Amino acid sequence: MLLIPCPVCNMARPEREFRYAGEAGLVRPHDPGAASDQDWTDYLFARANRKGVHEERWRHLHGCGRFLVVTRDTVNDRVLQSVPA
Amino acid sequence: MRGFSFLRILQESVSGHRGWREQWRSPEPRKSYDVVVVGGGGHGLATAYYLAAEHGVRNVAVLEKGWIGGGNSGRNTTIVRSNYLFEESAALYEHSLKLWEGLSRKLNYNVMFSQRGVMALGHTVTDVQVIKRHVHANRLAGIDAEYLDPRQAKAFCPILDISRDARYPVLGASLQRRGGTARHDAVVWGYARAADALGVDVIENCEVTGVRRDARGAVSGVETTRGAIGTGVLALVAAGHSSVLAGMAGLRLPIESFPLQALVSEPVKPVMPCVVMSNTIDAYMSQSDKGELVIGAGTDAYPSYGQRGSFQVASSTLDSLCELFPVLRRLRMMRSWAGIVDVTPDRSPIVGPTPTPGLWLNCGWGTGGFKAIPGSGHLFAASLAAGRPHTLVAPFGLDRFSAGRLIDEATAAAVSH
Repeated sequence: MLLIPCPVCNMARPEREFRYAGEAGLVRPHDPGAASDQDWTDYLFARANRKGVHEERWRHLHGCGRFLVVTRDTVNDRVLQSVPA
Repeated sequence: MRGFSFLRILQESVSGHRGWREQWRSPEPRKSYDVVVVGGGGHGLATAYYLAAEHGVRNVAVLEKGWIGGGNSGRNTTIVRSNYLFEESAALYEHSLKLWEGLSRKLNYNVMFSQRGVMALGHTVTDVQVIKRHVHANRLAGIDAEYLDPRQAKAFCPILDISRDARYPVLGASLQRRGGTARHDAVVWGYARAADALGVDVIENCEVTGVRRDARGAVSGVETTRGAIGTGVLALVAAGHSSVLAGMAGLRLPIESFPLQALVSEPVKPVMPCVVMSNTIDAYMSQSDKGELVIGAGTDAYPSYGQRGSFQVASSTLDSLCELFPVLRRLRMMRSWAGIVDVTPDRSPIVGPTPTPGLWLNCGWGTGGFKAIPGSGHLFAASLAAGRPHTLVAPFGLDRFSAGRLIDEATAAAVSH
């Protein structure tokens, strides 16, 4: 169980109040019609799946409802930073 | 390799058991190999074994960063079944199940494959509809499947609570009688021993730290903690760490790694004659030959490489199991752990070549790879030997994500499987 600091509510809250929302920093192709199949594949499916420091989106679903960008070490699950998305 | 036999045991028992030797060598890595398999789990060892046994490719190394079978092969709940929904998956897992049925004899190693039946429970009307659809699809695909009503389910697993006011009422179940369990260590050891006897180098404590590529971008070898090893064919069979290894070759995979938890109880007398699973409550249970109840739980909600998993994931599975099997309420759990599983967006594996020449993938088996070990190794070896994917694994190529031909077992099973 993670303890995730919510910068909006200004307190650390248990993981169960949050919903994981995937890797942070994925950008949807700006011009969908011009994007190639490979662009779509990269956006929709390819993930860094980093072993180590990972930036990810969480939503404080049962709290303020805001999306956050949480930096976490995926080896020891320690949350290093949490900022509003 | 001297085979195991009754005569051999007799001989050893009268000579003080001094004749037993180690079952595979511990060779120093050579300068180069025709094929290098990264990952000494069931899938990697099976791949090497079938390469040597069926395709005459014997200049093969299996590189394992720890000890063989120390990753997910030693962490799973050992369930074997083939009742998948889609034709492609059903054909793949059925191929594997057929190999399981003759595996102990083939390897001359008792993998303790026990076809005790795998029963999947439905607790809601939707569950029952999904289960019936699965049963019909399986029968059309030529795979044994039966639908059981609650009383038949209780007859098959007597400790099940089927009362109408239960927290998770049993409304129906599917049963694959040919499904069951196998001994995970024996599978890995059996493949390692048989592959070693055919000349394959099984190299433990050898972690891959880099992938070497030549001027045209093709794979030319790997860097390891035990020196550089050259090869033209590099097969990544590393489960949870597939993204890390593919990253060394500059590849981003459609994979995320999650901790999947399992637990064993204290040993008790035989109470479970079969495997029971329930997708709705994310639980799997069978009883080992030692008497421990082997319990599989779900995955965490977020990717992680920490082999622990969160407490609430395991405890919610145990809560549900106590409702399903009230007799277990006072049972104590002895150990819990997690394996890092490589989950794809459609919950189907990735088997085949990559855009990098010489680099092949066999990964993405996610939460259900153990059952696929013989089939995965067999078909992957055939693909590596021929230089193109075998017909049965061709639909599982990396290109399916850009082509949009997903084999969506994720929506079929809705949860880990």
